[in-house]
Amino acid sequence: MLESIKNWASDFFVTGDPLIYGADAAIIITLVAIVFVLTYFKKWGWLWRNWLTTVDHKKVGIMYILSAFLMMFRGGVDALLMRTQLAMPELQFLQPDHYNEIFTTHGVIMILFMAMPFMFGLFNVAVPLQLGARDVAYPFMNALSFWLFFAGAMLFNLSFVIGGSPDAGWLAYPPYSELMYNPGVGQDFYIWGIQISGIGSLMTGINFIVTILKLRAPGMKLMKMPMFSWSVLASCIAIIFSFPILTATLALLFLDRYGGAHFFTLDGGGNPMMYINLIWMWGHPEVYIIVLPAFGIFSEVVSTFSRKKLFGYKSMVYAMMIISILSFLVWAHHFFTMGSGANVNAFFALSTMVIAIPTGVKVFNWLFTMFRGRISFESPMLWTTGFIPCFVIGGMTGVLLSVAPADFQYHNSYFLIAHFHQVIIGGVVFGYFAGLYYWWPKLFGFKLNERIGKWAFWFWNIGFYLCFMPQYVLGLDGMTRRLVTYSWDKGWWGLNLVSSIGAGLMGIAFLFQVWQIVHGIKHYRSNMDTTGDPWDGRTLEWSIPSPAPHYNFAVLPQVSDQDEWWEEKQRRQKEGYTAVAPELSPIHMPNNSGIPIMMAGCWFLAGFGFVFHWLWLIIPGLAGVALCMLAHSFNYDTDHYIPVEDIKHTEASLRGAANL
Amino acid sequence: MESVHTEQESHVGSFYSYTIGFICSIVLTVIPVAIVLGGWLEGMTRAVVLMVAGVLQLLVQLLFFMHLREEGKPRYNLISLILGLVILIVIVAGSMWIMMFNMVAQ
Repeated sequence: MLESIKNWASDFFVTGDPLIYGADAAIIITLVAIVFVLTYFKKWGWLWRNWLTTVDHKKVGIMYILSAFLMMFRGGVDALLMRTQLAMPELQFLQPDHYNEIFTTHGVIMILFMAMPFMFGLFNVAVPLQLGARDVAYPFMNALSFWLFFAGAMLFNLSFVIGGSPDAGWLAYPPYSELMYNPGVGQDFYIWGIQISGIGSLMTGINFIVTILKLRAPGMKLMKMPMFSWSVLASCIAIIFSFPILTATLALLFLDRYGGAHFFTLDGGGNPMMYINLIWMWGHPEVYIIVLPAFGIFSEVVSTFSRKKLFGYKSMVYAMMIISILSFLVWAHHFFTMGSGANVNAFFALSTMVIAIPTGVKVFNWLFTMFRGRISFESPMLWTTGFIPCFVIGGMTGVLLSVAPADFQYHNSYFLIAHFHQVIIGGVVFGYFAGLYYWWPKLFGFKLNERIGKWAFWFWNIGFYLCFMPQYVLGLDGMTRRLVTYSWDKGWWGLNLVSSIGAGLMGIAFLFQVWQIVHGIKHYRSNMDTTGDPWDGRTLEWSIPSPAPHYNFAVLPQVSDQDEWWEEKQRRQKEGYTAVAPELSPIHMPNNSGIPIMMAGCWFLAGFGFVFHWLWLIIPGLAGVALCMLAHSFNYDTDHYIPVEDIKHTEASLRGAANL
Repeated sequence: MESVHTEQESHVGSFYSYTIGFICSIVLTVIPVAIVLGGWLEGMTRAVVLMVAGVLQLLVQLLFFMHLREEGKPRYNLISLILGLVILIVIVAGSMWIMMFNMVAQ
């Protein structure tokens, strides 16, 4: 009896690696500490009412960003482990199998569980406020999206200590991801973690498209909408058309593994190439999904901190929409070497090069916005100026990669690694940081310390160039990706060492940011934003107090201009302007609901059951999901009105009684 | 949020249009079933008739039950449907083209 439990446990839990025992201990200690703190300070009720059941878009956004930071830590540790292993030739720091797992989880976590939630967090934080709306179109679904993402992310991360991590690369190419070559449960964790969070992503895409199309403040025509909201629309269009492809592809892979199908196997009429073809139909739009909102953030920041209208608003809108559609026409450039023939490669090489045109248009728009502007270099603008040169270099190496014949040389080399890290760190991560620093005061009511922020910025930037510039050279020297080690006679060690040092600097930069946030919370009284408009902003989110009240706008704004809040400030300074006291009316708001977190919990159980083929867990899990849906369908108590008295009270305490 | 609720109220079809839609969809279901069960047509002709019936069925659903015609301007549903179709065609045709790999070289 005892022996069989022992055997089962040594199979079920990952054993044998000191790193993993450390993680086991850390997870248990953290959980115990959280439970203890919540119980000791009697915060369970507060946590449940204010956070776990909330449907407020701002709080959902904060939870998204917090999760993204946690995931950035995990993915970053993976990156540092890899760079440590590669710092010198013939190191024995990580075993080859473990190395495979680490580069796989690094990729999956950074794209799907770091960039995506960070992006959704910024959507949630900013879009309804920019549009002059009181929440997203479907607040319940918004909370559900978050919890599904969270359940998926936790399921994926669990593979580290239970069952074993996936190790077939971040896109899990068959045949290696098939049952025959990969019989462990790692790939199943991969499939279900992504599937569950993917449902959430798809729903967020729908939610924000409807929000943007239907909930804009009166008078805000589409062509007067802030640029970040435009970029969100472009990104969400790509989400709703590309995520179903990912879901279908992974469902087919699941059928192969679970049901013995032969979609992507080498025998039985299957074809692994089809998987590569399908996954990149999602994979390519995906990179534009995450970078377009970053472009939107840069547009807002450049215009605000140059104190000028955005140069070429219309061309920017068209560029975004064209990129979002063109992103569906380039996927084959990820597998030029697959051998589809010269015509296919020529078409996809050209369509890839075409995308550089609208992207170039945007870069010039940002530069011309800065031209003769009164620029100030607070954190958001600093990240934007760091982004432009970085992204231009990354974009140009991308054009080099798009030349199909030359790609046979670059393919799967460190040149490619350097390229996509440059556009994703330089574009996406820098962009989200700019957005986070920009909207931070609106979210929390205080500014972050600029000095620590500058340290973080320079460590990130110097670390970045030190880490990835050598990798271009290494790639041209023939170093391929996913290489666990290399010999002394290759002549790669110097550049690899520099690269690893750069990675370490980025790790320090992340610590600076954590310190910056902790410091900000500790000293928030001395950095309070009492005006609600700390950056002299241009869009509607800066017209309300910081932090924003939970109904956002006491009175829905009437919009007549692009950059409405800026124009309104000009109007107020003119002589003869008389303030009209706004007429308040009760505000219609959605109720909190515990169903999203419970439904996501049921999905988590069902996913865990699917991973281990435990029918006894799959059935109750899925039944729970169905029950949650049923319960919500018959819930008619979904909304309430905030009475005028309460609004007056809240506004008076936020703005000071004099202003109302 | 109020505006969303009020606009949804207007999407109600008439008894007449529902009846037409119902009859059309029944006819379009009976034809393929009859062809398959009765073994009426052969090979290519059969495939084409089945597919055409399927596409017409889709249109009937969209026009009579999904209220595509009654949508007020701007016609977001129609636009997104067309965009979806374009992307679908790109995906299917593109995949077929790509997956004929090495046939060009041979």
